Amino acid sequence: MSQTSAAPGWQQDIFKVLKAGKVSQIAYVPDAGHSHVIRSAVADPEIQDVVLTTEEEGVGVVSGAWLGGQRAVLLMQSSGVGNCVNMFSLLRSANFPFFTLVTMRGEYAEFNPWQGPMGRATQAALELMGISVLRASDPDEVEELVSAGLDAAFEGGEQVAVLLGQNLIGRKKWERK
Amino acid sequence: MNNIASKNPNSADRRVFVSTLLKQLPEALVVTGLGSATYDVFAAGDRDTNYYLWGAMGGSTSIGLGLALAQPSRSVVVITGDGETLMGIGSLGSIAAKQPRNLTIVVLDNGHFGETGMQKSHTSLGTDLVAVAKGFGIADAYSVDSDEHCGEIASRAAARQGPTFVQVRIDADEPPRALPPRDGVFLKNRLRGHLGFPVS
Repeated sequence: MSQTSAAPGWQQDIFKVLKAGKVSQIAYVPDAGHSHVIRSAVADPEIQDVVLTTEEEGVGVVSGAWLGGQRAVLLMQSSGVGNCVNMFSLLRSANFPFFTLVTMRGEYAEFNPWQGPMGRATQAALELMGISVLRASDPDEVEELVSAGLDAAFEGGEQVAVLLGQNLIGRKKWERK
Repeated sequence: MNNIASKNPNSADRRVFVSTLLKQLPEALVVTGLGSATYDVFAAGDRDTNYYLWGAMGGSTSIGLGLALAQPSRSVVVITGDGETLMGIGSLGSIAAKQPRNLTIVVLDNGHFGETGMQKSHTSLGTDLVAVAKGFGIADAYSVDSDEHCGEIASRAAARQGPTFVQVRIDADEPPRALPPRDGVFLKNRLRGHLGFPVS
């Protein structure tokens, strides 16, 4: 629990919103910015945590969950959006509600230049495939934006991504100690 | 019992196999991989509980996983081909990690990409899908080559005792196309309606 209580408030806000929004499955490829939500999902008997080998599996998992009457969300980092592009056609072809939270790389204080190309293309790639994009850059706006995105997806039937800016997550420590 | 004999004693007629299997699984929720598997399942008889894919190649097994987790009291059967399975092969690891008791994956394996000109697939070139499935952690993985095994596969699926992966060696032929609706919204709402969920 010490780990959980140490998690940044905005990450705790995300899990609270997902829980209150009756999300039953959380599919993910991990990222540090999602670590609290993943840990909380694993610990929650009412939520199925589904670890993926690649992000496009998650597009299928959350669509299958909806077919079966459950709400599911996909957590990934910005590089994973590129992996999903053709699978996003499933969402449009069947108009599945879709909600994904994307931690950004390749922007604020990025130390790894290889993250740049996909990070810069993430929002456009989502929008090209018909997914609406919201962006949270301030910890205080995360809860409201995630809540708004969740409602747009599962009440409004839209396909929505919330990008979690790299400045929320802060500088990654390059040196291992 | 079946009046269409397979042309090869070591492989099954895909249409006979799929119709024989589904006859014995009237309650199953069925997800199909795009192309021939979709046609096979439709040819066996359309049902509200069939979710046909016309695209999203590599997605059938992941959709099956999400559906199986959401509907633990129903048997979920994914029927797909070797090419579609290979494109989403990592999902076997994700399925193994969850061990959904109610998920059965049936791969109709003709060793070829049937929709695109019958080019050889990896399963003709050395890949052993049963070994792959077992390696990912689906312990109940095996291969069959005749519709005589459909009863056993159906019984296991209906029992919902753990994820099962069945490779079905089928003839590399192309039966006449049988085309289900392509309207993904209709198919989604039809299945959700069957399960008693709002369809809008």
